Amino acid sequence: MWEQIRSNQTRTLILVAAMGLLLLLLGYFLGEALFGSGIGGLVVAILIWVIMNLFAYFQGDSLILSISRARKISRDDHPRLYNIVEEMKIASGLEKVPDIYIIDDPSLNAFAVGRDPSRASVAITSGLLERLNRDELQGVMAHEISHIKNRDVLLMTFCSVLLGTIVLLAWFAARMMLFGGMRGGGSRRSSGGGGGYATLIIIAVAIVLLIVAPIAAQLIYYAISRRREYLADASGALYTRYPEGLASALEKIAGSTQELKTANKAFAPMYIINPFRDKGRAASDLTSTHPPVSERVRILRSMAGGASLAAYDKAYHEVSRSGKGVIPSSALVGAAAVAARKPEAAEAVPEKVERVRETSDLLWKYSDYGLVNCECGTKLRVPPKFRGDSIRCPHCGRTNTIPARRKSTG
Amino acid sequence: MSVGIIVLIVVLVVLFLFLGFIWMSYNGLVRLRNQVKNAWAQIDVQLKRRHDLIPNLVETVKGYAKYERETFEAVTNARNLAQKAVGTGVGSQAKAEGELSGALSRLLAVVEKYPDLKANTNYLALQEELTSTENKISFSRQHYNDSVLTYNNKTQMVPSNIIAGMFGFKTGEFFEVTVAAEKEVPKVSFT
Repeated sequence: MWEQIRSNQTRTLILVAAMGLLLLLLGYFLGEALFGSGIGGLVVAILIWVIMNLFAYFQGDSLILSISRARKISRDDHPRLYNIVEEMKIASGLEKVPDIYIIDDPSLNAFAVGRDPSRASVAITSGLLERLNRDELQGVMAHEISHIKNRDVLLMTFCSVLLGTIVLLAWFAARMMLFGGMRGGGSRRSSGGGGGYATLIIIAVAIVLLIVAPIAAQLIYYAISRRREYLADASGALYTRYPEGLASALEKIAGSTQELKTANKAFAPMYIINPFRDKGRAASDLTSTHPPVSERVRILRSMAGGASLAAYDKAYHEVSRSGKGVIPSSALVGAAAVAARKPEAAEAVPEKVERVRETSDLLWKYSDYGLVNCECGTKLRVPPKFRGDSIRCPHCGRTNTIPARRKSTG
Repeated sequence: MSVGIIVLIVVLVVLFLFLGFIWMSYNGLVRLRNQVKNAWAQIDVQLKRRHDLIPNLVETVKGYAKYERETFEAVTNARNLAQKAVGTGVGSQAKAEGELSGALSRLLAVVEKYPDLKANTNYLALQEELTSTENKISFSRQHYNDSVLTYNNKTQMVPSNIIAGMFGFKTGEFFEVTVAAEKEVPKVSFT
């Protein structure tokens, strides 16, 4: 069943092929128009594409994580988050627990990176970590791990490189045409008669492609991204057996007006929610990387006690009133009906105040602050530059020894 | 070209396709069977973790709730039985684990009477570990059953069932929850 989700996404494949074709067409006609060699144009286009791909493949994830200023955490730093990610790793059958990163940012978002499941990472903002209860956090992590499991990270990196190459090519070509003049701009080839006519057609096609290709590629890119979001929501519900967790997390996230400062446009499809979303956009918007949140929530809540991919597909039909499903039919064959489970007991999760404290302790620790718990119940934060072995509690006057601090990571 | 050569070519092509089919199906079956085995190993890891957590839990609770000896004994016994059941087969192991879950839920019900215990940081950390371990057990069971379903479909559906029969691939056994108590249990609730 799982392999099929990956391999039989025919519509995704067609869309990717269409983008590739656009790149080749653009390369060929620009080559013809600018230096009289379509093949030369193709070679240049493919060369740029290959170089960008190699970079994205080998450096993409570390680049994104460092741009986002994400910090890697270990099991002891936040046992609950680590446990939840491990639970989802088990449920999805990944080989390895992804590395977990925290972004010190009050906005609510999360994302996954990593070109293959054995080298993947998930990241979450401290704001989101504070706001979500255990079930919601599980839903978000299930969504992110689905992106890893379904190879969406690889697919979307591939697509954004394709898109980037098309945009780059069009941008350069437009400048060359404006300032450099066109080959066969009437003077050199006009004596050829029929040849001049053919050149004109080629130039016309090149100009049309120049304008249309980046826009078309962008729309295709958004379409692919939206499909993968639905699929990740569906797999997330399947892994957790609890669609409500993700639904209520999405609601909380959508209700926030904080913007993620370090978000990156090229990388928007990997976030759980589009970090560049505008409020009050039309539901059928073609220019968004994510389906509207209200629709995602409604689908998840219409699953009527089921948690299988089939239940999600059915709910999608009901909510969107579209004839086409969102899950490839091959993934639905032979799948058993799956019932949703009951929510986690509320007491198994600390209250919001506790969660905020927990997260801020974690962030202080990563800023190299030491923590001393005084017997009177006061928490003392020791600044990184503090010299000395003991510190006096300002409340009760006890002298506390400072434990040896660990070396900071990253 | 004579008819003989054409027939020979057709026979060779058919033979080639047939061998290719056997090769692919066989490898597919082996991969799925390994996936099932691996998924089962995952359950074992989590069950072992649960067995390891229980003495810790009992000790912590004992410090606060001295008069609940019967409950402690029931949990400890169920744990020892479950530990003995490791490796005795899917069915019997599922049964022993079910009993352990039942005993564990009675212990956790006892905790509700002791507010001091519920506020203990040691206990809170243990509680998160226990909640997560219970989750991990049910998620690994879920993944195991998913894997068994895929594998069984492959061994029973035409045409791969022919290959499965030829090379003796047996269908896998689902990890069913046998004890009624287990179905409601693993929710850790303290109010």
